[in-house]
Amino acid sequence: MKARYKRLAIILGALASLGVATGLILNALNSNIALFVTPSEVAEGKAPQGATFRVGGLVKPGSLKRDGLTARFVVTDTSKEIPVAYTGILPDLFREGKGVVAQGKLTPSGEFTATEVLAKHDENYMPPEAKHAVEQAHKAGVTLKQ
Amino acid sequence: MSSRLINWFRYSSPATFYPLAGKLIPWFAALAVLFGVAGLWVGFFVAPTDAQQGEGYRIIFLHVPASWMSMFIYMVMAFWSAVGLSLNTRLSGIMATALAPTGAIFTALSLITGSLWGKPMWGTWWIWDARLTSELLLFFLYLGYIALRAAIDDPRRADRACAVLALVGVVNIPVIYFSVQWWNTLHQGSSISLTRSPSMAHTMLLGMLLVALAAWMYSIAVALTRARAIILERERHTDWVVRLPELNA
Repeated sequence: MKARYKRLAIILGALASLGVATGLILNALNSNIALFVTPSEVAEGKAPQGATFRVGGLVKPGSLKRDGLTARFVVTDTSKEIPVAYTGILPDLFREGKGVVAQGKLTPSGEFTATEVLAKHDENYMPPEAKHAVEQAHKAGVTLKQ
Repeated sequence: MSSRLINWFRYSSPATFYPLAGKLIPWFAALAVLFGVAGLWVGFFVAPTDAQQGEGYRIIFLHVPASWMSMFIYMVMAFWSAVGLSLNTRLSGIMATALAPTGAIFTALSLITGSLWGKPMWGTWWIWDARLTSELLLFFLYLGYIALRAAIDDPRRADRACAVLALVGVVNIPVIYFSVQWWNTLHQGSSISLTRSPSMAHTMLLGMLLVALAAWMYSIAVALTRARAIILERERHTDWVVRLPELNA
């Protein structure tokens, strides 16, 4: 084997083992890397008790109630739900039915008191007319082919 | 050795590469301007308003091409580093060195535009989610590469040390790219992927791809310019540099 192929083989081998090592480390840190827990995970008791954490999901349509500066809404992952209370200004993209990430603590009553609420938007970009058409199609019960 | 390989190696010689790069640079620069103007025009005047984000989404025409380039340039650097380590070609280290500042600039641009986009849409300038953190790590990898290069006087030793750093850092690239799939993040998923049709309007996509092409052309032009300067510096004692007509004018 020529020296240069040997060196190339060593480099590729080292890179492969480094990749595997990184993969294992990231896998072990999985729960620490995740930005938020879902309401289902909270229900399973995976959220830290008495400590600050982030919960993420969709704002349940129709659940938003405002009382002065305090907003109350329900975060859902379509199987479990968690009520959230937040005093402050909500981001512009905060919408019912859209993604949200709230940071705060779980109170004994089961309500999540948020100190920060961030909007998580999706990766779809379309003009308003197209969005309108999509919504109309949904209402008509037409399934869209992606 | 086959004749095909000999031809390849011909262009890996700085003496052959230097004039070739000089001829190519104006073309790449012109294409960069052309695609850049076309892309920004489509992005700002032709592409429709976004249904959710209004006009604010238009920063995507800078943010996404900059982020793509930041990752792609690093992969090219890692490629040249592997070539340099295994084949011991002089030009490989020069190419990797020439690319590093451009990669760092695109990474910074990606982080800055992302931050400016995050504040109005998400409600925060910065969050330590997997996507943002790994992109910041990429920025430090570029800075580390540039610093390591500057710290070693002998260019051939610097080439080898930097090549190892570049290759170690390349494991971060798939982490950045797949972070939004592997973990839950505040950053949204990819709108463009190889496995499914893009989830954005056609004119939006066109604008983004044009700016991305412009970023490619710009990167090639400036990297070649920088490579030529490095070649002159490293080979200043050789006959062919001493005899260069532009240095004797």
